[in-house]
Amino acid sequence: MKTFRIGGVHPQDNKSYSANQPIVECPLPKHAIVPLVQHIGAPTQPVVAVGDKVKVGQLIAKAGGFVSANVHAPVSGKVTKIEETIDAYGAKMPAIFIDVEGDEWMPGIDRTPNVVRECNLEPKAIIDKIADAGIVGLGGACFPTHVKLLPPPGKKADVLIVNGVECEPYLTCDHQLMLEHGEEIMIGIQLLMKALGVKRAIIGIEKNKPDAIKRMQELASRSLGVEVKPLKLKYPQGGEKQLIDALIGRQVPSGALPIEVGAVVDNVATIYAIYEAVMKNKPLVSRVMTITGKSAKKAGNYLVRFGTPLQEVIDFAGGVPEDTGKIICGGPMMGRAMNSLDMPAHKRTSGILFMPEAESNRVEPQNCIRCGKCVQACPMGLEPYLLSKLSAYDKIEELEKRDIMDCIDCGCCVFTCPSHRPLLDYIRPGKAKVGAAIRARQAEQKK
Amino acid sequence: MAKQLIVNPAPHAHSGDSVRKNMLNVIIALVPAFAVSLWAFGWGALMVTATSVAACVLFEWLIAKYIMKQQPTICDLSAVLTGLLLAFNLPSNMPLWIVIIGALVAIGVGKMTFGGLGQNPFNPALVGRVFLLISFPVQMTTWPRPLGFASAMPFVDAETGATPLAAMKEAIKAGDAGLLDKLPDLWDMAIGMIGGSFGEISAIALVIGGIYLLCTKTITWHIPVSILCTVALVSGIFYLTIPGAAAPQYHLLTGGLLLGAIFMATDYVTSPMTPWGQIIYGIGIGVIVVVIRTWGAYPEGVSFAILIMNAVTPLLNMYIRPKRFGEKKKA
Repeated sequence: MKTFRIGGVHPQDNKSYSANQPIVECPLPKHAIVPLVQHIGAPTQPVVAVGDKVKVGQLIAKAGGFVSANVHAPVSGKVTKIEETIDAYGAKMPAIFIDVEGDEWMPGIDRTPNVVRECNLEPKAIIDKIADAGIVGLGGACFPTHVKLLPPPGKKADVLIVNGVECEPYLTCDHQLMLEHGEEIMIGIQLLMKALGVKRAIIGIEKNKPDAIKRMQELASRSLGVEVKPLKLKYPQGGEKQLIDALIGRQVPSGALPIEVGAVVDNVATIYAIYEAVMKNKPLVSRVMTITGKSAKKAGNYLVRFGTPLQEVIDFAGGVPEDTGKIICGGPMMGRAMNSLDMPAHKRTSGILFMPEAESNRVEPQNCIRCGKCVQACPMGLEPYLLSKLSAYDKIEELEKRDIMDCIDCGCCVFTCPSHRPLLDYIRPGKAKVGAAIRARQAEQKK
Repeated sequence: MAKQLIVNPAPHAHSGDSVRKNMLNVIIALVPAFAVSLWAFGWGALMVTATSVAACVLFEWLIAKYIMKQQPTICDLSAVLTGLLLAFNLPSNMPLWIVIIGALVAIGVGKMTFGGLGQNPFNPALVGRVFLLISFPVQMTTWPRPLGFASAMPFVDAETGATPLAAMKEAIKAGDAGLLDKLPDLWDMAIGMIGGSFGEISAIALVIGGIYLLCTKTITWHIPVSILCTVALVSGIFYLTIPGAAAPQYHLLTGGLLLGAIFMATDYVTSPMTPWGQIIYGIGIGVIVVVIRTWGAYPEGVSFAILIMNAVTPLLNMYIRPKRFGEKKKA
C-alpha cells in the first residue's frame, strides 16, 4: 500500500465518534451572516443593497478578480446590513446580514435527490458553471476551483487526483459524503475529467475508511479511467503535494503548483459541489460539517447552510459539552481555536471539534534536545528546529535559503517534538516576513 | 457563553513524546548490559554506578538551583542517564572519590557550563570519562578480571588483567600476529567474560539494548550502523595489509565500540540532525576509532573519536540538509 515518501506522523485518528453517522440537515437560522470573503484571493463585491429581498442561490457578491469566488445567498429573506463584523479569531471581516424569511430558492435549481447523469456541456461551459457557482476547495484551503481548471499556457494536466484522504483526525464529513453520495462524486469526476481533457483519475482514500474504499471501487469499476487507490495511514497525506507523491510518485517542485507535474487535485466534497453546480444548477450554499469531540453529545455529520451562526449549529448538535476547554474550527492538526461561537458557518468550516479542558492547554516547553525528530517528521524535508530559531532572530535571508516558504503549516514538527516546543509559532511569522521580502523584491525588479 | 475558551495556535494534538520518555528508553536499554556487569563484576559495578548516578543528579540540581538560579530539570532523567553512561565507561574497581570527580566534570563542565540540557556541544559522560582517563591513567586502565558468580561476594576482586585491546596494541607495535593468541576467544567477548570498563564488556547485552532503542524509535539506524560498518571495513583493510593487526571481529567486539556506537554516539544533543549528516558522523567516528587503536598512544579510541565528531556536528548540521520535497536528484 502506498504513501508519501518524506516525513509524516501518525496521530490517533479519533474518527469513531462521528464516523458512519448519516448526514443530518441543520435547521435554518433566523439571522444569517454571510462573509464576503470565503476563499483565498481577491475579496468579493456585494451586488445587493440593504433592504433587498434575496432568494437562496441568488448571487449576492461578485468575484473581485480571476482568483476569487462568487458568493450566493444561502438563505432567503431581506438584507438588513452590509458591514464589518468580528470573526471567531478576532479579525475583522465584511459580511452581508440577512433576516431569514421562509426558504425560497431561485428558479432553475434542481433540489430533488434525482441523480442526473447526462451532460452535453463543452469543457469551457463546465468550467464557467463551476466559476459561477462560487466553488472553492472544500478540503480547507478554499482556493477557487475554476482557477485550477484553467492551467497557465504551456502546462497540461494528464491526471485528476481526487482527495478522499481526510487525514485530519476526528473529521468524517468527506468519508460520509463518499458513502452517501458516491455516485454523484463519480459523475463530478467525469465532469472534471472532461473539463480538463484528461483520461485518468485516481481517488486516494486512507485505509481507515474501508467502506468508502469498497463503495468507490464498486463505482469506479463502472467508470472508464477512474481508479481507487487505498493509502497507508499517515498525516498529512491529504496535503496536495503529499497526495500526488503518494498516488503517482511525482513530487511538485518547490514553489510550483501541482499542474507543474501534470496533476490537478480536488477534494471529494468539492467534486460533489461541482456535480451539484453543473448538473443541478445549485451554487455552493451549504456544506457537510463534522461536529465531534470525545464528549460531544451528538457527534455526527451535519449539512449546514452557510451563514448559520456556529452557536446554532452546535445547539442543534447537542450543545457544548461540559468539560470543553477549547473549540476548534477544523481538525486538531490544522484547525483554529475559536474565541467565540458567533461566527457563521461558511465554505471553510469543515468541522467543529470540542477539546476537553484537560487536553486544551499546552505543555510547558523544554530546551531543544536536538533529537532531530522534527526533521524526520517534516513532510517537506525542512529543518523545523532551525527555521524556528532563525525566525526568532529574524534572519530573513537565511530563512529563505533554508526554504521556509515550502512549509505547509501541517504541524508535524510540533506534534512530534519531545520538548513540546511551539516551533510553528515562530515559523509562521518567519514565513510571513520572508514572503513579504520576496514580494518587495519582485516589485523592485518590475520597476 | 460564560466560560472563557482557551485559544492557542494549531496543532492541537501531540504525540505524547517527551524528553523524559526518551531518556527512560535509553535507561531501559542499558539494563541488559548492567545486568551482565553485575554478574561479571558484582558489588563494585553496583557501587560505581550508584555513586556516579547520585553524584550527577546532585551536581545538576545544585548547579541549576544555586549557580544558574533556574528550576532544576533533574526530572527529565538526563542527569541519571549521564551518570549511568559515565559509570559504564569506568572500571568496576574505581575508587569512588574519583567517580565523584568524574561526575562533577561531566555535569559541571560538560553540560551545565553551556546552559544545561540541549546546549552542550560534547557528550557530558565522555567529557567526564576523558578527564578521568587523562588525570587518573593508572586507575582508569587497571581492570578487574570478571569472575562470574564468584564476584558476588563483596570486595574480593583483586586480580587485574590487560584488556584485549591492550593485547592488540602490543601485537601491532611488535608487528607480530603471534601475540594475538593472548586474546580471549570470541564467545567470551560476546557474552562479556573479558576485562574492560564494566558496561562495555558484553556485546550481546549491548546489542539487545540497541535493538530495543531501534524498536521504540528512540534512535535511528544511521549512526550505529555507519560506525560499525566503517570500523569493520577499515580494520579489515588494516588486517590484510599491516602485520600484527587484529581481525575486524576483534575490533567490533572489544572495548567501548558497541557501547559507544549504540549509546554514546547516538546522544541526541551532540549528534547531527539529518540522516546524511548522521552517516558522515558515523563514518568519521569509525575511521578515527581504528586509526587511534592502530597508531594512537591509547589502546582505545572510541571516546576520543566521538568527542572529535561531536565537534564536527554543528558543521554537519550547517552543510548537510535533508532531502527537500520535490528536489531534483543531482545528476
